[in-house]
Amino acid sequence: MKTSVFLGTLTAAAALAGSVSAATLDEVKARGELNCGVNTGLVGFAAPDANGNWSGFDVAICKAVAAAVLGDPSKVKYVPTTGQTRFTALASGEIDLLARNTTWTFSRDTDLKFTFVGVNYYDGQGFMVRKDLGVSSAKELDGATVCIQTGTTTELNLADYFKSNNLSYTPVAIETNAEGEQQYLAGACDAYTTDASGLAATRAAFADPENHIILPEIISKEPLGPLVRHGDDQWADITRWVLNALVAAEEYGVTSANIEELAKGTQNPEINRLLGTEGDLGAFIGLDKDWAKRAIIGAGGNYGEIFAATIGESTPIGLARGLNAQWTQGGLLYAPPFR
Amino acid sequence: MSIADEAPKPAFRLSMLIYDTRYRSLTIQVVVFLLVMAGAAWLIDNTARNLQALGKDFNFGFLWNRAGYDISQRLVEYTNDSTHGRAMLVGLLNTLLVAFLGCIAATVLGVFIGVLRLSPNWLAARLMTVYVEVFRNVPLLLWILMIYAVFTEVMPPPNAFRPNAEGVTAAQMVLGDSVAFTNRYTAIPDPLFSRSLGNIDLGIFLVSVDLLAILAVLTGSWWVNRRLLRHATAVQEATGLRPVTWWKSLLIWLVPLAVLKVALGFHLGYPELKGFNFTGGINVSNSFVALWLALSLYTGAFIAEIVRAGILAISRGQTEAAYALGLRPGRTMSLVILPQALRVIVPPLISQYLNLTKNSSLAIAVGYLDLRGTLGGITLNQTGRELEAILLMMLIYLALSLAISGVMNIYNASVRLKER
Repeated sequence: MKTSVFLGTLTAAAALAGSVSAATLDEVKARGELNCGVNTGLVGFAAPDANGNWSGFDVAICKAVAAAVLGDPSKVKYVPTTGQTRFTALASGEIDLLARNTTWTFSRDTDLKFTFVGVNYYDGQGFMVRKDLGVSSAKELDGATVCIQTGTTTELNLADYFKSNNLSYTPVAIETNAEGEQQYLAGACDAYTTDASGLAATRAAFADPENHIILPEIISKEPLGPLVRHGDDQWADITRWVLNALVAAEEYGVTSANIEELAKGTQNPEINRLLGTEGDLGAFIGLDKDWAKRAIIGAGGNYGEIFAATIGESTPIGLARGLNAQWTQGGLLYAPPFR
Repeated sequence: MSIADEAPKPAFRLSMLIYDTRYRSLTIQVVVFLLVMAGAAWLIDNTARNLQALGKDFNFGFLWNRAGYDISQRLVEYTNDSTHGRAMLVGLLNTLLVAFLGCIAATVLGVFIGVLRLSPNWLAARLMTVYVEVFRNVPLLLWILMIYAVFTEVMPPPNAFRPNAEGVTAAQMVLGDSVAFTNRYTAIPDPLFSRSLGNIDLGIFLVSVDLLAILAVLTGSWWVNRRLLRHATAVQEATGLRPVTWWKSLLIWLVPLAVLKVALGFHLGYPELKGFNFTGGINVSNSFVALWLALSLYTGAFIAEIVRAGILAISRGQTEAAYALGLRPGRTMSLVILPQALRVIVPPLISQYLNLTKNSSLAIAVGYLDLRGTLGGITLNQTGRELEAILLMMLIYLALSLAISGVMNIYNASVRLKER
């Protein structure tokens, strides 16, 4: 008798476990909190302050999604992930969304069964060295010791780049950006390589940023973007269009300052559809009319405002918009129409 | 008097499965077995369902794909064009290397310290007690990190060995400019052979014929030396006088080796600072040294306790009897006490060897690419085959542990008290 009860429980547990991939939107709503995977600490992109409040460029995506779905940008549980643990965390359902400087590649999209919902930063891999090393080009790094985060695309690019240029190097495997920073500063490696944005962010945290240079070579394409699990298209749509809403808002001139004004209705039907004063686009993705408005306010403004506040030229990280300008400004940012 | 020729047999009832002691244990075993099987079946079913839900399959084909990443320490030929399977092999060999050297160092250290802890010399005994307590009671990971941090923070960087504008170098090489301690690695001379015999291709990896030749000569020397010692013992037993053998032993060991070295054109390749790093020698990475030292020191503390227990298990009378025969304390220890203590020492020693081997997977903390770092780290991450990689890794560690305990059990059988 007891055995059959036990077996029954087992069966029920198995049935429950089997339905892990149920609608993520419902799960997040029921939980009242978005589990968002972020970097363990990369100033400007995702880093906690002294009070444990996370902020940064990637964190803004988490906030925007939480605001759109739950109506409150603070209802996010930030899960710090390393280059090694991030995919397991997403695949296992520990996090609903991964916004952690993750490069969109063919195999990650298809073989690892993830859906990249867009690109929030067009990046490329670069090298940082000490100024007194006297190196001005990555081609002069023959025989150098290079610190590299394991489990990343940069690891593979590095091997390819040195091979194609017929150079040799010694890799030093590190786990997190903090560890890489420490090893590099201790002189355990001549060069530190990761995405150029990451290098700028890391350098900004140094005591003597002026003594380190980022070499001019960008050796790869690193389109960084948020990603979700395969198989839940509704959730993928929500995150994709939240990102698009932030980009579109900048294009249409919707800012955190004028959004309340514009939400009352404008002459521009595109803005009206975006902010929900015309039509009901939110219903198509299982949300209400004001989702995009909440997302923009929750994230702290449109894409341009977020960029300027977290990693832009006025911040210590000092990244120029470059490729990440709107398509109208010669950049690559191009949000599909809200229609 | 009539005796009932057979006891009455009560009919079998179902309740007897629980209330009859003859059947109860069987019932319990069957139930527990079924539960265990049900649990296993549930785990497998759950895994299969979840894999299906994620749209993933279960296959090991990734092992034959190009790895694409580099490994700094490799005992066999490996480039980033090699396969993930090959990377796994490189990692496995790195694990074996650190485990093997760690076991040797830990044993030497453990025996030395275990014996000294029992020394009548107050200071030596107390110092060893401090060593054992300190190393045994601080987590291994902290030791690894601390030793590694000492190496990276205290040693000079390679470019400190380069003369500056005034021709002064901030750091000096030691041992006649042949060894350089840096914060990345220790550069040591590389043994080279100018008339090398080449390599044998075993399919999976190359084996140096030079190394085989050296091993063959050493084995020959060992065999001849053993004959010599046996002869000396025989003479001693017949005449009571042991012939002097030390210079013959020395010749037997050194002359063939020297001849072989000349024949092969043995010389050392000295490390030289070229560009960013030392080249020409062997660069032993700090992560390896830190891991090896920490594993040896940590496990050595446990082995010291095992050795001490083994020695204390031998009755004091043995020592007294040996002294009465006129043996010096050192000889008493090596001829009387330790051989008997081995019976007690070897079984727990096996589990210390297993611990050391498994603990070597903490290598990940210092970026030493062992099996955990290659198969369970980079390969797992680049291919996304978590389940396959982890299962394979568990299987390899299991096989490794079973092999170690198998070999050690054979040794244990040889030192065990012979009973007839």
